[in-house]
Amino acid sequence: MNPSSFDYYRPESISEAIALLQEHGENVKLLAGGHSLLPIMKLRLAEPDALIDIGRIDALRGVAKVADGISIGALTTHRQIAVDPLIERHAPLLAVTASHVGDRQVRARGTLGGALAHADAAADYPAAILALNAAMVAEGPSGERKIASSDFFLDFLTTALEPTDVLTRIEIPAQPDGAGWSYRKLANQASGYAIVGVAVLLVAGADGKISEARIGGTGMAAVPWRATDAEQALVGAAADDDAAITTAANLVDLDIEALDDLHGSAEYRRRVARGLARRAIQEAIATSSAQGRW
Amino acid sequence: MEVSITLRVNGVERRASVEPRLLLVQFLRDNLGLTGAHIGCETSQCGACSVLLDGEIVKSCTVLAVQADGTEITTIEGLAPAGTLHPVQEAFWDQHGVQCGFCTPGMVLSTVALLADNPHPRDDEIRHGLEGNICRCTGYHNIVLSVRKAAEMLEAGAQPEPIAR
Repeated sequence: MNPSSFDYYRPESISEAIALLQEHGENVKLLAGGHSLLPIMKLRLAEPDALIDIGRIDALRGVAKVADGISIGALTTHRQIAVDPLIERHAPLLAVTASHVGDRQVRARGTLGGALAHADAAADYPAAILALNAAMVAEGPSGERKIASSDFFLDFLTTALEPTDVLTRIEIPAQPDGAGWSYRKLANQASGYAIVGVAVLLVAGADGKISEARIGGTGMAAVPWRATDAEQALVGAAADDDAAITTAANLVDLDIEALDDLHGSAEYRRRVARGLARRAIQEAIATSSAQGRW
Repeated sequence: MEVSITLRVNGVERRASVEPRLLLVQFLRDNLGLTGAHIGCETSQCGACSVLLDGEIVKSCTVLAVQADGTEITTIEGLAPAGTLHPVQEAFWDQHGVQCGFCTPGMVLSTVALLADNPHPRDDEIRHGLEGNICRCTGYHNIVLSVRKAAEMLEAGAQPEPIAR
């Protein structure tokens, strides 16, 4: 099916895009790569009156090293993220996650900013974005502000972005020295979306104990989540203590109101989440130790 | 509302005035008569509509024609000069990487992109590299053989050859 009719604007700057957002009111959408928006427009789940195509705004592109990490332009495609040397060095968890998004063609067009602003409950990035303590930088009529990842996702397809905001870049603190990482998901076989996905970032210290752990999850509920109980259970555990890892992994879904739909029952998702968490923790430990830190 | 666009398709400059909601695949098929890009699922899953956009493989059912303004598009019709087969097409023929043929234009173009990045893919890299293209006949075995053959042919410097009659 075709999208319903809409007007089309292609601003050349962020300020021009914000002015267009103000001018056109509520039922207007920003178009980046279009790989979240166009599919729902074809299904007529969204029928915006106007699209503002920000896909040619160069200020929204590029990956740069900043003081404590990296800054990634909102228009950076999944494919660029998967192969960018700066991201590979400072936030490899994000690079690995990007390689799980869609397929090659989708990764060539879809963008990090677009995926985050769309906030699909089954998207891959949110798990990594939470585990990486990323911040989303939005620009609106009154200037720029940073939104912490923990404050960004509010509900199904709903973020803390205001209707007149443009998500301009994503700032990611560099992964800690010696950190290991993993993203594991159970993908829907047809769509590739995550039925459940778990991202783990941890540091196994020189003493063989886990000194820091961050776990983000996606797909299981209306919003992605940080598994703080599982994180706390891991910190201080010996990296080769399988029983402790299993105990921590079994806490990954604590206090989550799991979705119950045609892709999986709530109980199924819980079991999958725990299994994925255990494997992701083990893989993160293995990559941490592979760097010779313990 | 209509928007003027100019793009190069298979080396030819094309100008048109289009509705913003027109999909690139519809523009190619309906406006230009290039029906090699197939409409399969129309939900960015099957890859039958794959074309090269500025050299990168994309699903033309999920790109608006207006987004392709100023770009260079290659469809299956433009992969090799008329009357010849590109080595990847030749390999698909040779290895019978075709059953009903519906997915084939997309498979061939994705193979071109895959081999441009990775000229010597292992079989698992071929399978992962073509994950965005679905063969509903499930003819994947011969498709993998075709890609392998295409890699060998390109390695040996194969050029588009006239179609054997």
